[in-house]
Amino acid sequence: MSTTALADRGYQAEAAELELPVVSNLPVNGEYRHLVLEAGAPATLAEAGQFFHLLCPASGADRPFFRRPMSTYRADRAAGRIEFLYKVTGAGTRGLATLVPGDRLNVVGPLGTGFRLDPAWASIVVLGRGVGLATLAPLAELAASAGVRVTAILSARSPDLVMSADRFRAAGAEVFPVLDSDGSSDPGRVGKLVSGLVRLGRADAFFTCGSNRLLALMKRLGREHGIPGQVALEQQMACGLGMCFCCVRAFEVEGRHVSRRVCWDGPVFPLEEAVSW
Amino acid sequence: MVDLSVRIGGLTLANPVMPASGTFAEGLARVIPLDRLGAFVTKTIMREPRAGNPVPRVAEAGDGMLNSIGIPSKGVAPFLAETVPFYRGYGPPLVVSISAHSADEFAVLAREVTVEGVAAIEANISCPNIEADGRAFAMEPGTTAAVVERLRAATPLPLWAKLTPNTGDVAAVARAAEAAGADAVVVANTILAMSINVESFRPTLGNVMGGLSGPAVKPIILRMVYQCARAVGIPVIGCGGISTADDAVEYLLAGASAVQVGTASFIHPTALTSVIDGLEGFCARRGIDRVADLVGAVAEGPVAEGPAAEVAW
Repeated sequence: MSTTALADRGYQAEAAELELPVVSNLPVNGEYRHLVLEAGAPATLAEAGQFFHLLCPASGADRPFFRRPMSTYRADRAAGRIEFLYKVTGAGTRGLATLVPGDRLNVVGPLGTGFRLDPAWASIVVLGRGVGLATLAPLAELAASAGVRVTAILSARSPDLVMSADRFRAAGAEVFPVLDSDGSSDPGRVGKLVSGLVRLGRADAFFTCGSNRLLALMKRLGREHGIPGQVALEQQMACGLGMCFCCVRAFEVEGRHVSRRVCWDGPVFPLEEAVSW
Repeated sequence: MVDLSVRIGGLTLANPVMPASGTFAEGLARVIPLDRLGAFVTKTIMREPRAGNPVPRVAEAGDGMLNSIGIPSKGVAPFLAETVPFYRGYGPPLVVSISAHSADEFAVLAREVTVEGVAAIEANISCPNIEADGRAFAMEPGTTAAVVERLRAATPLPLWAKLTPNTGDVAAVARAAEAAGADAVVVANTILAMSINVESFRPTLGNVMGGLSGPAVKPIILRMVYQCARAVGIPVIGCGGISTADDAVEYLLAGASAVQVGTASFIHPTALTSVIDGLEGFCARRGIDRVADLVGAVAEGPVAEGPAAEVAW
């Protein structure tokens, strides 16, 4: 046995750098694409809210240097797959869009600290928008497995962009799509909807992702009603492992501003400590 | 079996591959077995807690990265209480990177981190010196000598001086560090640089200017390692754009006794262990018994014929 193997004996990686085969990479609507990769442990053990760091391929004139963090849309241990929903917005996601079945994508993960359900919570309200809907989707099954009742308010510009509704419905959640196209996504109206759920005793905790305005709304309602919550946040990252300190954001803890690393301390943070931007 | 061990001053490393300061932390233990590394080099600490620079703190820059993180730090007390004990659980020696804005403060901090569990001190003398109008200590031989002398007097631990490439004569700076008592020089820190987003007209870094690292800087820093290795008798530790075992071999041939892998770990968290495995494979393939035999073995002079003269297109 080589010295290498001896030194590695007994070491178990919690996250791994893996070259995963692409199963499919298809549009789900006019803006988002759905990437499915074949995977095993530890990738498929990703918890709700954890992310992967993707080494996006070069395409055209794009040569993405850094990895791109991407929240896990689904980690399916039984099927041996991990899945992502993404919108093409820059050099990294343009590269992702070129992947076809049989290609391999280098991923590192699962990374970060995900959502947590307190055993005392019987009902939660999930409020997401845009790509935040992908990040929140794994909460559907997590809550169902814990016997927690979910109300999911899914905000989008138009009906075709309401993602994850089927996931939440299949897991037994009550789903309210709210749209820019009919004005139902207005924060005032969403606030009334959430307040109604609070009055009905269906909001022991709030979960949100994907919108600064919704974060501010949930934070205010949480404070008014004394309801705790969690928010998944984004920030530009380099290492994804808490080493480079580039993905910091400001948080408010007992009246003081503190700096935290989104990749390491988060990406899921207590709603009451998050600062809207 | 290949002997990968190297000696850096009074310290023997199991292999010549270690992380570069600022690109390594406890989190890497989630992905690779830390016991494989030649040494640990922690992120630079300063005495007082610091918030760091405004975001964006990093930007892509071709085949490299710009950073201006600003040494956010919890200060020396939490470092001694939490970070040092964490690494005591592992075998490789712990090298603590320190910095300060004056020679006095450098000396105090060096004394404070001279504790059980710390095997060596890497002095990041590439940061601004408030006593020299904000110019980095390692930009001049004189200021380098002054700060290294104070550090030498402050600690019995092996002392590595991390030099800046932002100087006209890096070999003269390395000689000054050696004369003042440094046990090794680390060549080098990042190259001062900047970039501007042409859509927004804004600098890509919140701090406007920052340091360039990654593959883009490798030929420049390799040249500096070559110059320093010829100028000093103490070991040179190469640090600049090393991503692969071949890069590490190149640095060893240029005269480095050990190497630091930095930016590459952000792209491939397995870079450090890949470089170690690759070095062992390289030596085995070439019939080299000791990796230390590669140090300074660059073959110079004209090549008339043979494989080295052939160009593969």
